[in-house]
Amino acid sequence: MGEFALGQAVSRFEDPRLLRGGGRYVDDMVLPRMAFGHVLRSPHAHALIKSIDTTKAKAAPGVLAVLTGADWEASGWGDLPVPTGMKRRDGSPSYKPRYPALVSDRTRWVGDYVAFVVAETPHQAVDAAELINVDYEPLPAQVSTAGAVQPGATLVWADCPDNIAFVHLEGDKQATDAAFERATHIVKRSFTINRVTAATMEPRASIGDYNATEDRYTIYTTLQRTHSYRTELAQNVLKVPESKVRVVAGDIGGSFGMKSAVYNEPALVLLAAKVTGRPVKWVSTRSEAFLSDAQARDNVTEAELALDAEGKFLGLRVRTIANLGAYMQASSQVFVGNLGTLAGVYRTPSVHADVTAVFTHTNPVRPYRGNGRPEAAFVIERMVDCAAAELGIDPVELRRRNLIPPEAMPFKSGLTFTYDCGEFAKTLDMALKLAERESFPARRAEARKRGKLRGLGLSNTIERAAAPGFESAEIRFDRSGTVTLLSGSITQGQGHETIFKQILCDRFGIDPATVHYVQGDTDKIAIGEGTGGSRSATLGGSAVLAATDKIVAKASAIAARILNVQPGEISFADGIFSAKQTNRTLTIGDIAKESVNPRFLPEGMEPGLIATALYSAKVANYPNGAHICEIEIDEETGHVDVMRYSVVDDVGTVMNPLLLEGQISGGVVQGVGQALMEDIHFDTDGQLLTGSFMDYAMPRASDLSAIEIGSNPVPTKTNPMGVKGAGEAGNVGSLPAVANAVIDALSPFGIDAIEMPATPERIWRAINNARHGASR
Amino acid sequence: MSSHAITVTINGRVYRATVPARMTLVDFLRDELRLTGTHVGCEHGVCGACSIMFEGRPIRSCLMFAAQADGASITTVEGLAPEPGGLSVLQDSFWETHALQCGYCTPGMLIAAHALLMRIPNPTDEEIREAISGNLCRCTGYKQIVDAVKLAAERLSGKNQNG
Repeated sequence: MGEFALGQAVSRFEDPRLLRGGGRYVDDMVLPRMAFGHVLRSPHAHALIKSIDTTKAKAAPGVLAVLTGADWEASGWGDLPVPTGMKRRDGSPSYKPRYPALVSDRTRWVGDYVAFVVAETPHQAVDAAELINVDYEPLPAQVSTAGAVQPGATLVWADCPDNIAFVHLEGDKQATDAAFERATHIVKRSFTINRVTAATMEPRASIGDYNATEDRYTIYTTLQRTHSYRTELAQNVLKVPESKVRVVAGDIGGSFGMKSAVYNEPALVLLAAKVTGRPVKWVSTRSEAFLSDAQARDNVTEAELALDAEGKFLGLRVRTIANLGAYMQASSQVFVGNLGTLAGVYRTPSVHADVTAVFTHTNPVRPYRGNGRPEAAFVIERMVDCAAAELGIDPVELRRRNLIPPEAMPFKSGLTFTYDCGEFAKTLDMALKLAERESFPARRAEARKRGKLRGLGLSNTIERAAAPGFESAEIRFDRSGTVTLLSGSITQGQGHETIFKQILCDRFGIDPATVHYVQGDTDKIAIGEGTGGSRSATLGGSAVLAATDKIVAKASAIAARILNVQPGEISFADGIFSAKQTNRTLTIGDIAKESVNPRFLPEGMEPGLIATALYSAKVANYPNGAHICEIEIDEETGHVDVMRYSVVDDVGTVMNPLLLEGQISGGVVQGVGQALMEDIHFDTDGQLLTGSFMDYAMPRASDLSAIEIGSNPVPTKTNPMGVKGAGEAGNVGSLPAVANAVIDALSPFGIDAIEMPATPERIWRAINNARHGASR
Repeated sequence: MSSHAITVTINGRVYRATVPARMTLVDFLRDELRLTGTHVGCEHGVCGACSIMFEGRPIRSCLMFAAQADGASITTVEGLAPEPGGLSVLQDSFWETHALQCGYCTPGMLIAAHALLMRIPNPTDEEIREAISGNLCRCTGYKQIVDAVKLAAERLSGKNQNG
């Protein structure tokens, strides 16, 4: 096994560049003659636009163009892509709102797109935007998720009479209802999964460039997939052949799902580039990011768990109202693809979910790390704890009674998913040991002496990763034997370059420093699906492996000619091609140099050592893990300190433990953020109250203790490397683990619910109410 | 709008420029000098991505105007390494412990940690967490950043000769 073999803690190959300030994010890019765009956004959550006067703005210094909804309508371009294929409760198609890049008549959230100003400098564009006179007639706004379906609710779309975009039903309702009929205990709870935002440290940015002589568009933008993005942009928006569009991603400063949509700005910079004949750049400020980035989560859920006399789960019923915001972006609806997470690691025979997706006058909602998984994991894992409390059973014991044993694999769960492998009891035991749960009562007692309420919460979750799809990889040896490696996947920080180079370099024994890695450019990469849903190691990694197989096959045939032996006599190991009959050996580089020499090419073989592989998977994999969170609450202030956090994960074969630790740790902290501090909060008029980093509280280093991470890898047989997705696992388990810990700490007061985020104020109020009666 | 002639020493090199009064220091570094390693994350001084060393202290370059930097000596992420193409002990420690993912907050984190190690050569975990708590990172969960700063401190104080 070489130093870059899978499983080694290899430091990332992309890091020295980033550490020296050599990143190349979209905002770092400059094109000749570049102009700058600024979006004028709606100050009202819901308003009629009675008129727009751009005369003064157009005359302002440096202004090159001022575009409004009328210009968008006149452009002949299509609206942004809106998903279809879902149904309403009566079976009719889901409501499909228009999604123009600039609105003409009505704004639907604070941040909606009213005009786009292009000028010589960013400041000139901002100054000119202030000279646009928009006559608004403000209207009442519908902000709350649950309120959207109440009778008399203000409509977001006049021809969508109940604000319901679609309804999604999943699972066997009859069997689930029957389970409740024979249940001994039924536990009922309501939960609110609050709205949060990805808040990537790099705000979104776009540069549009139109080459009139080629009639070709180039968009440089912040995204996590290039090729399907190009399809949507070409077909839906620009209405040109896809070959007329180039999509380029720079380095991406975090995405977590948020940057995967075709947003309004790429369409606007391209239109502006066409109108002005100049490349046009737009870079989001942080304030704009809060007003215009798609946000996430946001649902209200009622859940019921049916148990028999022994505490065995018989059925789970879940009804959810999910907030889509004002528009539906592509993928806004795909959270329902992860409802299977509700079944958890338990044998619950039947689960039924009923999801109603509603419009409100708020930012559009789309995937964010976990995309439906953390929400569902929260529901099942909170329900198990609630049931344990009601039945007086230890939460660990109740879980043990219901866990799926390894010998039951493959196991068809009560909702949609079929798990191929996993050792849930062992993983849980390992986590309990890592967290020293046995001695927790002593820590709790000791904390009590200090006036602190100590609580321990756990979760034992499973999710689906790498949903069926494909990814591409290409290996290009040049004539001197060095390599360019191309992937259709795109890193936003996960470390794709490292993992893919590890696979390549381990196989061929080549120096990663000599390998050039290329991603994120549709003119360079043949095809690809991009990053999302914890798929890149599984699909992108398997594609690289498949491409190395092709290279080995071809190189072996060429090696046989060079060594003058029969093709079957070549063996390949540790990067060396050899034949028993001769003491000569060849490296892959040696063969690459000869691969264009007709002398050494077998009859009919194309010259060159270049291979493209598309790997497709029809079966997903199921990463899982046990999280244990230990917190202390200051009884007087309600402040929560995370004292310990322990995770034991099963993400299959560990490709690089260093990177895995980063993925798990980062995911956990995002979950801790949502559970304890992060909240997108609108007032009743739809004004965003948490619109800056001063108001939207994100975890800082001083908020957290160290996270202890263990691993119980159970390799999956569903892909050649045995890997399971690792990108979202940390986030999935952490929401319920933290919430369960908070409730456990507050249990002496009889408190069994705290809405997320569990801020000091909410906790203090709950304690105060419990002490003095709920009337206070 | 008024313009101001300034002379600034950045990473040991003297720059002379005339800047508009409203130009922030970070825009000057990025747009005028093309030192794009310093990033803009929030423009309101809360995320720390734009941190630079200014007269030996870490500051937010989004909260300062370029005109205010006249006569100052500045170090940006591009100037942390002892020689071009190299890495400082701190940068190398970030590399070794996987203290960065997307890399966007990293230049600011490096500056915050660099300033800490200048002040306290052997910081405790709490001191490290406190020192970088003005810098937001959305990817790492901070653990591996704390590991990196500890490792750098050990190496710099000679405890870890492998450095």
